[in-house]
Formats: sequence, C-alpha cells, structure tokens
Amino acid sequence: MSEKKSSLLLKNGRLIDAGQNLDGKFDIFLVDGKVKEVASDLDVVADQVIDLDGLWVLPGAIDLHVHLREPGYEYKETILSGAEAAVAGGFTSIACMANTYPINDNAAVTRFILEQARSAPAKVLPIAAISKGMQGEVLVEMGDLVEAGAVAFSDDGKTVPNSKLLRHALEYASLFDKPLLCHCQDDALFADGVIHEGMISAGHGLAGIPSLAEEIDIARTIMLAEYLKVSVHICHLSSRGGVELVRAAKARGVRVTAEATPHHLFLDERAVVDLAYREALDETVKPSMLCYNTNSKMSPPLRAAEDVAALRQALAEGTIDVVATDHAPHEATEKAVEYSLAPFGVIGLETALALALRLVQEGDLTLLQMVARMSLAPAAILGLDDRGTLAPGMAADLMIVDPEREWVVDPAKFQSKARNTPFTGWRLKGRVIKTIVDGRVVFSS
Amino acid sequence: MGFRRKDLLGTRDLSAVEIRTLLESAESFKEIAERPLKKVPALRGKTVVNLFFEPSTRTRTSFEIAAKRLSADAVNISASTSSVVKGESLVDTVDNIQAMAPDIIVVRHKFVGAAHLIAERIGASVVNAGDGANEHPTQALLDLLTISEHKKLEPGLTVAIIGDIAHSRVARSNIWALTTLGITVRVCAPPTMLPRGLEEIAGVRVCRRPEEALEGADVVMMLRIQLERQDRLLFPSVRDYARIFGLNRQRLELACPDAIVMHPGPMNRGVEITSEVADGKHSVILNQVSNGVALRMAVLFLLGGQGRE
Repeated sequence: MSEKKSSLLLKNGRLIDAGQNLDGKFDIFLVDGKVKEVASDLDVVADQVIDLDGLWVLPGAIDLHVHLREPGYEYKETILSGAEAAVAGGFTSIACMANTYPINDNAAVTRFILEQARSAPAKVLPIAAISKGMQGEVLVEMGDLVEAGAVAFSDDGKTVPNSKLLRHALEYASLFDKPLLCHCQDDALFADGVIHEGMISAGHGLAGIPSLAEEIDIARTIMLAEYLKVSVHICHLSSRGGVELVRAAKARGVRVTAEATPHHLFLDERAVVDLAYREALDETVKPSMLCYNTNSKMSPPLRAAEDVAALRQALAEGTIDVVATDHAPHEATEKAVEYSLAPFGVIGLETALALALRLVQEGDLTLLQMVARMSLAPAAILGLDDRGTLAPGMAADLMIVDPEREWVVDPAKFQSKARNTPFTGWRLKGRVIKTIVDGRVVFSS
Repeated sequence: MGFRRKDLLGTRDLSAVEIRTLLESAESFKEIAERPLKKVPALRGKTVVNLFFEPSTRTRTSFEIAAKRLSADAVNISASTSSVVKGESLVDTVDNIQAMAPDIIVVRHKFVGAAHLIAERIGASVVNAGDGANEHPTQALLDLLTISEHKKLEPGLTVAIIGDIAHSRVARSNIWALTTLGITVRVCAPPTMLPRGLEEIAGVRVCRRPEEALEGADVVMMLRIQLERQDRLLFPSVRDYARIFGLNRQRLELACPDAIVMHPGPMNRGVEITSEVADGKHSVILNQVSNGVALRMAVLFLLGGQGRE
C-alpha cells in the first residue's frame, strides 16, 4: 500500500469549494499529493489524520499577480521569501510578473525563476514579458518562453502603447492559449501623477492620475480583443468607468476577465492623507505616518469612494473575476521618502485572505463567491486544470482557516521581506493556520 | 493661549481661534520693525534652521530676519550647499540636523508633505515654508494680516484669487484660512490650471472669467504664473494668458472702489499683473512683505517661545 506513505485525512472541517459548489462538513482524503476523495464521514486508513472541527478548508488561493523581485532586486523580496509570504496567506500558487532585472523576456530567466522556486513552499509560475525589455517595441519569443514554463504574458507596470504590437501579442499568445495580463494606462494622461485625480489631489496639490488614464486604455484593449476574437485579462481594475467597460464588453460576449486588489476594494483616496480614515487602528501597531504615508501610493492609485463601491459590486456580480494582490515589495528606506519620490506599490499576500473574508463579513460576497474569485477563477484564467478546486484528482493544494481567529496586521511579523502594507494596525478576523501544497504541510501557525 | 502646536504645517486644520491668535501676536510684533534697535530677547539661545530645498530669496530672508529680531540663532541651509546634491535622503539629512538639536526648523521643499515627513520624525518644531503645491501657511497668514489692515476679516468680505490655482500652495493656504474665517472666496484660473472638484471640497466659487471673479471684490490676489510650465501644454502663450487673465486697470475697476490688490511675489510684470496696477494706489504688495516679517516672528515666537512652555 504505497499510497499510505503520504496520505492525509482531513476530518470534520467545513469545506468551501466553488469548483464543486460545496459548502458543508466533509472529510477530505489526500493521497500522494492529490485529492483522492471528498465525502461525509470517510472511513479510510490514513498516514495522518487532522481533526478540523470548527475550521474551514478552502482550495489554495492562486494569485495571478505578484512581484517577487528576483532576479535583480533581492533586497526587496526573493522568490523564497515571497513564496513564504504566500503560503502564510493561504496562497498555494503565485504568478510572478516579469519586471525583474534582468526582465523575464527570455527562456533563461524563466528557467532561473523556476529553478529558484524548486525550494519554495508555494508553486511559482513565471509570467513572461510581452515585449523585449518591456520596451513596447518587439515581441518576446513566446513559443520558447511557453516551453520554458511561462504561464502568461504581461508588461505589468507599463502599458503596451503601440496598438499594433498589442494586437500581434494578443494574436500570437492565443496560439498557445496563454493569457495576456494587461496593465492599462494612458501614459500621457498618467504623466507625473502620484495619486488619484480627485478631491485629495485637488486639495493637497499632489499631481493627479485621472481614472480616464486607465479607462481609455481598457477601452482600447477590449476593442482589440473583441476585434481579434481572443481573450484578454485586465490587471488591477480601479475605477468605476473601468468596471463599466468590462461589464459592457462581457455582455457583448467579449472574452475579457479582470482582477481587483484588496487595497482597491478597501481603501480610497482619503487614505493618502489619513491612512486610518476607515479604521480604528490597534494602539500597539500603528503606521509611522498617517498623513502622506507612502504605503498609500500604488499604480493604479486608490480612487474615490464611489469607485470602491463599484469594484465591490463588480466583484460580487462577477464582472471582476479575480482578487489578485499585486504584491509589490519595496524596502523600507525606499518608501521613507517624499511622497512624490516613493516607488508605487504595496504588499498584499499576507493580508489578502483575511480582507477577502471581510468582504464576506461585510455582506459584499458570499463565501463561495469569495473562494471562486481567489482560486477557481484565477486557475481558469491561467489555464491550470489541476488546481483551483478540491475535486478528486486535483492537486492537494489547500488552506485551513480559523474563521474566528482575530488578529492585528503587524508588518514586523510578516514572512515577506517587505513591510509596505497600507493595512498596518487593522484588526482582521479569520486567519490561515495551515497551508498544504501537493499534500504536504508547508505552513503552520 | 490660542495656539499650542508643535508645528505649523498648514492652514487647512487651523481653527479660527488659532488664526486670530497668530494674527494678534503678529500685530504686536509689527512695532519692532520701527524701533532703532530691532531686536527683542524672546528666543535668545534658541536655534532656528532654515532648511530650503528650493531656491527662495524672499521667504528665506523673511524668516531669517524674523528669527534674528527675536534673538534666535538662525542658520540657513540651502539645497545647493547641502548633502542633498550628494544623494542623501531627506530623512538622513533631517536626522543629521536633529542631532545638532535645533529648536525650530523652517522647511521649503518642492514636494508635497516634506514638512509633514520631517515633523513626524523629529522633536523640533517645524514650520512649513512651502511644500510643493500644497501649503504655504505663513504666506496666507501674512496675507490675512495685510487684509486686516484695510478690511474686516469677517463674513461679508469677498476675496478673488486669480491665476494658476492648481499649482499654487499660496492659493490653497489662503483658501483654507479665509474660508475658516467665513470669508467668501472666488477663484479663477484657466481650466487647465484649476483642480477638478475644487468647488465642492473647498467651499469656494469657481469663476470662468476674471471679470466674474473681480465683480465687487474687496480683495484681489493675483498669483504668479510659472512661465516654465508653458511647455507643458497648460496655456497657449504668455501673451494669451496676459490678455485673458492679467489684471490691468480696466479690469480692476470692476472690483470694489477701495479694493486692495495683492501678489505673493515674485511678480511677472505685464503677465499676471500690469505695472500700473502693481505700483498703483490699490496695491499693498510691499505691505505684504513687511507684514511677512512680523507674522513669521509671531509664528517662531509661538512655536519656540513661551507659546509652548
């Protein structure tokens, strides 16, 4: 009975799995890294049995938008530290963007990432650039990159300004059924903006980034996909206008998917001048600055309250398919500068799940919807047919959550090397206590 | 005492009582400029550092004179002579200055929030002498001091602010201070220099044309047009700007007969304001400069002197 050598029985947990449309008490039998059986009161002999009474079992979250900074910027984050942050947050697969140094625009870099990832606790999926050097001029060798292991293409951080090149990228990527993840931004309208163009930029004289900068480029991207009859994925939707464009395109039958980040779902432009405007922060863990704190700076920027409401509605109705973190680590001193000089980006792997649960607690999503947005949908977009659900035969990638556990976001306790979260001091409810990848416990708190 | 803060970072969150306290204190310092010995011992033994990351002659000189008339030791550090050019971060620069135990740091910086970043970090009092397009509180307060010499600072007064509102810290600080006192503010700028949504957030009236803003105004504040922005597509030409938005004698006649004309300087004569108006009987531009010293003495005194003790 060789299977017993690595078998694990999870008993009495509440399984919430959108892929099987299950929400209830089930036992889950994991054998040799895969789900063998899911049923009530399973009577099997297992190598190890874990009783999960009062706990939840969710498919491992899949983040199709993270920045791991390796190679090149290991002082910010490494593939290993990023993967450790991932499993601490319930993510079992993470897809890493190409803006490393060197840029992941050739098979050698893709192979390097996969090599580094072999010792990582999470499954790391390299996303290759769309254009060489992310310069927006010449396509990368897509075939070669797919063979090396690239799961998608993206010049994230930058748009592809040349519409003809974007067209060719969409066409060529469709040959491999690999998605293009598009960072939509009109560079001229974005200009030297640092926050949303709205009431805070008007009142505080910080250069604004209009929602229009995103919307114009989303419209262009959707039009290309519609014309070419190919699929496309829109990264980090932040504005109501962007939501409306995606909603209308989906209604017309365009194969467009979209993601939103936890920070855009929870924070609006007011966070720039008062990082605690929404929360009574825990007294013991407060951000160093509440006003002009650079952890409120990311691209696209935190927008108006009405945009946040539109994103939440879109997430619930499925116009937004995925919650992705856009985990963007920066070293502390890089963020401890004048607001306009700080790099864009915040981290999110270790807070995303509890924030997603909070969307459920606040009544914006059902639990099954939340699970779908964090595991099922991202697996489908990336074409990963062995994960995203815990149906028999799938990879045994899952998280065990204590839904009652209350905790305070304290960056000092993060697995990530970076600390640049806008959620410092937030009191959240629901925490990952174990993460299992291929049947093996890779994180335990 | 109506002013008990560690720092003066802006007028946005000052109360009417705080504003009036600062103005009353400034009023009492005016007289010192008329003495043969222009010095009082109020801040003897205190160190004031003028930390200027942006070139400025008038504001820096004004703060320096204010500090010296209060007997403080004033040190000027400008970006061109500091370690900033060597690539040192703001935080490191400030930590080094803090290690020398100054009492008050006056900061001018091209980026929004620089003074706040410093104030958060150090124990010394910080005066914001201009952060990007955000705030320049002492300018607004000296403007109020100047207005109060001619008009009552109370509801019923109408102030027109005309020029590049979007990029002006002077405009913002004045808007916050004036509206806090219940004064009516009209703003007028080319649409490319007007922040979207200002009307709702600031409680000001946005006027499309300067004529509309000037109609019956008691106070006219003209803002400096930064000519270097011209290549950034904000307005077609200096000539066009002067023609549509410049303050000349004919336009000024639309204002109240005893209206006063202000400008924070430095002026572009013949662009936002004609020389005839700038040097005319309505102009209080040089009074603003004199009042600047008195107002800054009050600020330094209240932050570094008995105000906090």
